[in-house]
Amino acid sequence: MNQTVRTDGAASCGQGQTVGVLAVQGAFVEHERRFERLGCRCIELRQASDAAKPFDRLVLPGGESTVQIKLLHELGMFEPLLERIAAGMPVLGTCAGLILLAARVGNGGAGGFGTLPVAVRRNAYGRQLGSFHASAAFAGLEHVPMTFIRAPLVVEAGEGVDVLARIDGSIVAVRYGNQLGVAFHPELDDDDRVLEAFLAMGGAESARAFWKSAEAVRSIG
Amino acid sequence: MPNSHPAFKTVVPNEQPTEGRSVLNRALAQMLKGGVIMDVTTPEQARIAEEAGACAVMALERIPADIRAAGGVSRMSDPAMIKGIQAAVSIPVMAKCRIGHFVEAQVLQAVEIDYIDESEVLSPADDTYHIDKTAFAVPFVCGARDLGEALRRIAEGASMIRTKGEPGTGDVVQAVRHMRMMNAQIGKVVSLREDELFEEAKQLQVPYDFVRFVHDEGRLPVVNFAAGGVATPADAALMMQLGAEGVFVGSGIFKSGDPAKRAQAIVKAVANFEDAGMIAALSEDLGEAMVGINEQEIDILMAERGR
Repeated sequence: MNQTVRTDGAASCGQGQTVGVLAVQGAFVEHERRFERLGCRCIELRQASDAAKPFDRLVLPGGESTVQIKLLHELGMFEPLLERIAAGMPVLGTCAGLILLAARVGNGGAGGFGTLPVAVRRNAYGRQLGSFHASAAFAGLEHVPMTFIRAPLVVEAGEGVDVLARIDGSIVAVRYGNQLGVAFHPELDDDDRVLEAFLAMGGAESARAFWKSAEAVRSIG
Repeated sequence: MPNSHPAFKTVVPNEQPTEGRSVLNRALAQMLKGGVIMDVTTPEQARIAEEAGACAVMALERIPADIRAAGGVSRMSDPAMIKGIQAAVSIPVMAKCRIGHFVEAQVLQAVEIDYIDESEVLSPADDTYHIDKTAFAVPFVCGARDLGEALRRIAEGASMIRTKGEPGTGDVVQAVRHMRMMNAQIGKVVSLREDELFEEAKQLQVPYDFVRFVHDEGRLPVVNFAAGGVATPADAALMMQLGAEGVFVGSGIFKSGDPAKRAQAIVKAVANFEDAGMIAALSEDLGEAMVGINEQEIDILMAERGR
């Protein structure tokens, strides 16, 4: 795909917002590039003093969840970030980030924040040979490209969890309050719509319109 | 059933790779960034590495320092040993095959390895040709001392590059040399006029399109890690400050006095590579580092293997 798919006013939809990107390991730079293109300011969260800085939204990128969870604890960021998520700060978890948010990790591995009432299975598609690319509906948006790299799956969604996307019946994107968890990597495909949906979460009235309309047309799940 | 997905069908082992594979394989390298990949020889070591925060492990029979000490021909590891390590950890598992030995690579693909390192640490099987890595569905990482080598390997299908360093020595000088060389050459390509890129491609002995990419983007088309001789948290942070996107640590961990502690310290140093205060704290009481050999003291320069 050569053309970036954008909705109207995309370049400015992040204007004035500061996104804190967890930057202990993984594909955090990819997220920063994309959110900056959408008008956001990004700060990297590498240690306790970073987690205390002001920011409006939190992004938990792809990478190795075992490494990220360990470093979150050891670098003193687990508690402050957990407090922010619990207080309702909008958070996006992609791939490993989804695992960090999940209340239960089915097949082992340390627990993360556990604020998203879903059970996930790590490496659900097997090793790298099982990584794949697909296109599916996401919260009423059509043909959203999705890249899965040694990806997890949501195997169980608790009460109040909105299922936003499925691949072959399996849940690959969920929303619960201001938490958005996706098993794929919207930061790798040239399509801003999932990231824009995140920027429209928990925001102003005009932004909420996106989710209202998305809910109205959602036929998946 | 996930297996019934059309995209999934194109990626079962031994099937012909599609163009999309190279994108997926480069993406896995992107997920490893900011991390430390550790050499391990047993499931026990693999678990120690995973618990210490390794983002992947390299399964091999002997670590480079021992390969160097033992001498003789060094080959791909026993698949049973690789499977033991795959069963022990949930992070990606890599393994090495000899330069040019495409059947060893086929074997590693058959055991569903996550990444193949076509490595100069093993004895080369072919002194002219590298493996045609575009013929494989699994990703490859290759060593490079300069921009020309890196782009030739990428043209052959490598989806990740690392410096060659000088493995098994605990001496970081070559990794530094290779990283600086790469950066300098990238800087030069960026500064060239567009009409000079054709000659540059000729000089580097690489396809024009790759030189064009480096000129426009100011970086390699794939992720670039440091490897060879990294033994301390400061070594790892040095390579990161020089522009590496992550670090391989071979002999440096399991040849040291307290592997678990050293491994953790290196992981944290890579995550906070610009924080000297933290690196200072991490460097305290790590026990004995691997002894190391200076590059002038060794007989075989592994980095000279494969061009």
